[in-house]
Formats: sequence, C-alpha cells, structure tokens
Amino acid sequence: MGDWKTPANLKYSESDEWFALDGDIVTIGITDYAQDQLNDIVYVEFRDPGDSIDAGDSFGEVESVKAASELYSVVPGEIAEVNTALEDEPETVNADPFGAGWMVKIRAADLAGLDGLMDAAAYDAYCDSR
Amino acid sequence: MMDGQVPEQALQPLIYDISAPGRSGVNLPECDVPRAPLPADLIRDDLPLPEVGEVQVVRHFVKLSQLNYSIDQGLYPLGSCTMKYNPKLNEDAARLPGFAQLHPLTDEAGSQGALFLMHELQGWLGEISGFEAVSLTPAAGAQGEFAGILMIRQYHIDRGEGQRDIILVPNSAHGTNPATVTMAGMEVRELPADAQGNVDMRALHAACEGDLRDRIAGMMITVPSTLGLFESTILEVIETVHDAGGLMYMDGANMNALMGVVKPGELGFDVMHYNLHKTFSTPHGGGGPGSGAVGVNEKLKPYLPGPIVEIIDEGQATGPTLDMPVGATYQVAHERTDGSPQPKPGDGPEPPLYGFVMPEKSIGRMKAFHGNFGMHLRAYAYIRVYGDSGIRDVTRYAVLNANYLRARLMRSYRVPYPRYCGHEFVLEGHIEGVDEVHALDISKRLMDYGFHPPTNYFPLIVPEALLIEPTETEVKEDLDAFVEAMERIAQEARTEPETLLNAPHTAPVRRLDEVRAAKELVLCCAPALPSYS
Repeated sequence: MGDWKTPANLKYSESDEWFALDGDIVTIGITDYAQDQLNDIVYVEFRDPGDSIDAGDSFGEVESVKAASELYSVVPGEIAEVNTALEDEPETVNADPFGAGWMVKIRAADLAGLDGLMDAAAYDAYCDSR
Repeated sequence: MMDGQVPEQALQPLIYDISAPGRSGVNLPECDVPRAPLPADLIRDDLPLPEVGEVQVVRHFVKLSQLNYSIDQGLYPLGSCTMKYNPKLNEDAARLPGFAQLHPLTDEAGSQGALFLMHELQGWLGEISGFEAVSLTPAAGAQGEFAGILMIRQYHIDRGEGQRDIILVPNSAHGTNPATVTMAGMEVRELPADAQGNVDMRALHAACEGDLRDRIAGMMITVPSTLGLFESTILEVIETVHDAGGLMYMDGANMNALMGVVKPGELGFDVMHYNLHKTFSTPHGGGGPGSGAVGVNEKLKPYLPGPIVEIIDEGQATGPTLDMPVGATYQVAHERTDGSPQPKPGDGPEPPLYGFVMPEKSIGRMKAFHGNFGMHLRAYAYIRVYGDSGIRDVTRYAVLNANYLRARLMRSYRVPYPRYCGHEFVLEGHIEGVDEVHALDISKRLMDYGFHPPTNYFPLIVPEALLIEPTETEVKEDLDAFVEAMERIAQEARTEPETLLNAPHTAPVRRLDEVRAAKELVLCCAPALPSYS
C-alpha cells in the first residue's frame, strides 16, 4: 500500500471525503490519499453557510493543477460553517487534510448516510485496489 | 523564466518594449481626398500602440515562432487532441484567390463556388459518419456539443417530454461534456467505468430503468473512449438509452480511429460533432479557429443549427458531381486560357443553384455568418485528396501506430487497460519504486529529447495518466525514437531522478510554477496598458 495516512477515528466515502461526527455536527474534508492524487490544490469553493443540502449533493469543489473535483456529502442538513481560511490558503488541504484542511461542518438532519461509509481499513484497501 | 538559469537574451521582449516614438512600418502617401475626422469623443490618446519598423516586426514574430514547437518539427502525441500533420496542399487551396478574397457578405449568387464546396463537404461528412444531414456552422468541438445537446433538448420539448433533463456522461468523458450539459440547462449524471474501461453496464441499466427513466434525455459518449478503447458494449449502451426514451450523442473527438471504418450513425447514434481541426487536418491549436460541424439522423434534422447549404434549384444537371468544376455556375466569368472555346451562358446543362437555408425548427445560429469557412475548405481538400480508400488508410495507420507504441512501451510502463487500442492509449506515468517521479516529470523530460509531451492527467480515472496519440503520418523510425526516449527516461527515473524533477533543461524556459500561475492570475486589459509606455 502507499504511504498515505488514514486516521482510524474517521469514516470514508468512495469519493474520498472523510466524515467526523460530533453531536449532530458532521465535519467533512478530503483524505490524504485524495490530496496526494490531486497534487497542488490551488482553489476551493464551498456552498454558503445556511444553505441546506440533500444527501449526495455537492457542497463545493476543489481544484488542483491537475483537475477539478466536486465534493459530496452523504448526510442531508444545513451548512453550519465553512473553512474560509482555505480560500486564501488552499494549500492547507495538501499540508493537513484531516486537521486545518477541514472543509465544511453540516448540521445533519439525518445521520443514516454515515452507516454506508467505510472505516479506515476498508478505505485503505479500496485505495490500494485503484 | 523561473530561476534565472536562462540567459536573458534567449527570450524575446514584448513588442511594446522594442517600440520607439516615431518608428513606423509603413510610409503612407499624402492624403489626396478630403479628410473625414473621427468624432472627437471617439479619439483616444491612451492607447500605447507599439511603434516599430517592418524588419523589427518580422524578426520579433519569427523569433517567437522559433520558441514554439509544432507538428512540422516532430512528433506531437497529444492524446485526445489529434495533432495531425496539416498537408500543405490544404494551404494552397485556402489561398486560391476565389476563396481567400471572398467577402462573407457576398450574396449567394456571387458565392456559388463556396456554397458548392460546403454542400459537398456536408454530404461527405454525412457519408463518412452515416448521418442524414450535417451543419458546418459550429466554430469548435465544444460548440458542436452545445448544438447537439440543444437539439436533443428541443426534440424532447416538441414531443411534450420537456421533463427529460438528465444527460448521462461516463466518468472518462472530456470535461466539455458535463460543461455542455450544464450550459444547456440540463443535469449531468456520471456513470462509472468497469474493469475493462467500458461503461459500467449495471450502472447504465440502473440509471435507465430506475426512478429517473422518464427524465433521461440522452447520453454523451466518446467512441473510442478517452482511454483509447472501443466501447465493446456500445450497441447495448445505445439500445438501453433509446429504450428509456433518450437520444445518443457521440463526441467525435476520436473519429481518427473510426473514419472510413465505422459509421456512428449506423451504430445508432442520433447526433455527433466532428472536429475538422482534429480528424480532417485543419490547423489545431493557438486558440483556433476550429470547426465543430454536427451530423444528425432523420429525427434531429429539422433542429440543425443554420444556415446549412441546400440545392435551391436543381437546374438540368442531376446534382453535384466530383467532375463539376468549382464555380461552374459562373464559368463564363473565368476566361479559358488554354485556347479552348470560351463557354457562353446557356452552353451545356444548367448547374444546380445553391443557397443558405435555416432548417425548419432550427435551434438557431451558433456563430455569425456560416461557420469557419477557411476550415471547411481545408477539410474538403483533405477528403478529396485521400478519397474513400485513403480515408480508411488514415484510420488504419493511426490505429496501427498507436498499437505499435503501446506494445513497445508496455515493457517499461504500466498500461492500465492492456487490450488493443484505437488511435491512442493511456500509460501510467509512474515508475515502480520511484515515488517522487510523476507523469508531469516524464513529460517535461520528453521535451529535452525533442518531443512534445503527451496529454497529462487525463482521463481522470487513470492515476498519473499519460495519453499518447501518435497519428497516422509518423514513420516507424520516428515512433522508435519516441520509444527509446521513453525507455531512457524510465531508466533515468531510477538512476538520476533529479534530472527528471528539474526538467526541461533545453526548452526556452525551465519548469514553470503551475501553482503560482493558477493562484496569481495577472490579466492585462486596457487600464494596465499605459504601464508599457
């Protein structure tokens, strides 16, 4: 397997977002594997706080020197907060994808979508198979 | 220039920097007609136009052209872009004064030769692809796509099925495909690829047979796919989408693998765009002009963007033929110089009369005038020179060359889909055990070996993708030289990776800072210009 990090306390989607649950707040970012694949990230754009989204909806996009990708949430709810610091310093996502590179916090209306996510071991195996 | 390693004199200054007050490239005669001054409010003194002599202008642009790399210098294997050689005969044809000096506002009666040519080209493109009708007006591939999706949308609306607003797009698609769908006000649903690189049929059936069935407007697909692979299930794909009530759009970017061999219209596609600047050898790159003609079947024919050329009056002739001289309607205007009797009006059968027509339910114009006529002319010359068997040979050699390269390069690079390819194939630009070397580094190093790099990081579904398309005109020696360069680069990656990471070493500028270029946009526009003076 490659040398990316996959923290054991998070859940992971096939589209390479990580999800952390705290009460009814779900924090989302992209994985170390994803930032490594994307290479240097030059731009991020998120939906506005207060917007409501459905499960499977895009909450924003990330653009690197290689590609632009949509970002998806598996839970419905209202966008509670976005990481505005990334607008000026998107490279933070490359440097610290699971910490300062977090992207949005969603006040989840339903947490069922989290059940379908992978744990760290399953996500690593998924990345290895790609 | 990023790190000061390039000598200053190696690069050409901006033309503004070599300007000097009072210098001029022209010497106008004294004005011998009454002066007609512009209105005072239109006269500006804030435009620092460069003041340079003719020799300076010539040298400036020749030096810039020498910093460039073109297909006339060597292999240009830019996958999915078909950077094929542009025969010089095309340029001879385009410079014939009857075409080159034809004003776009000339009326139909005065431009019968050009209309005849466009009419023939419409017919030939239709014949090559198996479509009923063709419009030449879209200015580029993305505009052809836009025209195609607008036609599909209008078709559904006219049938009372305006709720059909979803276009399926495989995840290997060109980025223009989802962009087109969005611009047309419709919704994109992405389909994954299976392990062989084909569209995942289970996902397609689920999309077409599930809750969304009544919202399926159609599907956009590239054949062969952007992986260079023929979709072996394409007939089932087409049938599945048609059964759901959708129409099939073919992105014709990869027609260089099909031309003269496979007719998309006969496979069941409803609409397709051609890239005359890819497949039909008109100039490609430098921002255009391109040409993205669209072909359609009977269903979509009334919706074609216009104007298209049709025969308005059959005359006594049976229709256009290859033997008919261009401009035959006005042959009396072209005096014969070979001593043969001058033709007189009324001699022989009247040729047909061509005119511009807006199709019955046309989605409208894509562009002013009639499309990029200079490109139609070059594509016409190309098809006419090759003829039907030659067109087929173009495709065969393009596919043969790509498979030769693929087979040889498989020994030193990983090929994610190891099956016969079309006119292009994808490699993984990753050397086992050398994680710091990426596709971009391999591409930059190729420049030192005298080759244009292949397409990088596309299609997105292959990590470190290098998409390679050699085209039909490369001889075996040149293909072998490319393979040798790629093999040496793979070796260098293991023994001296720094050489790759710092490449290019011989180009006019060293490695450019792509992150800075993306983050710190500097756009020059009118207010910024005075700083040049």
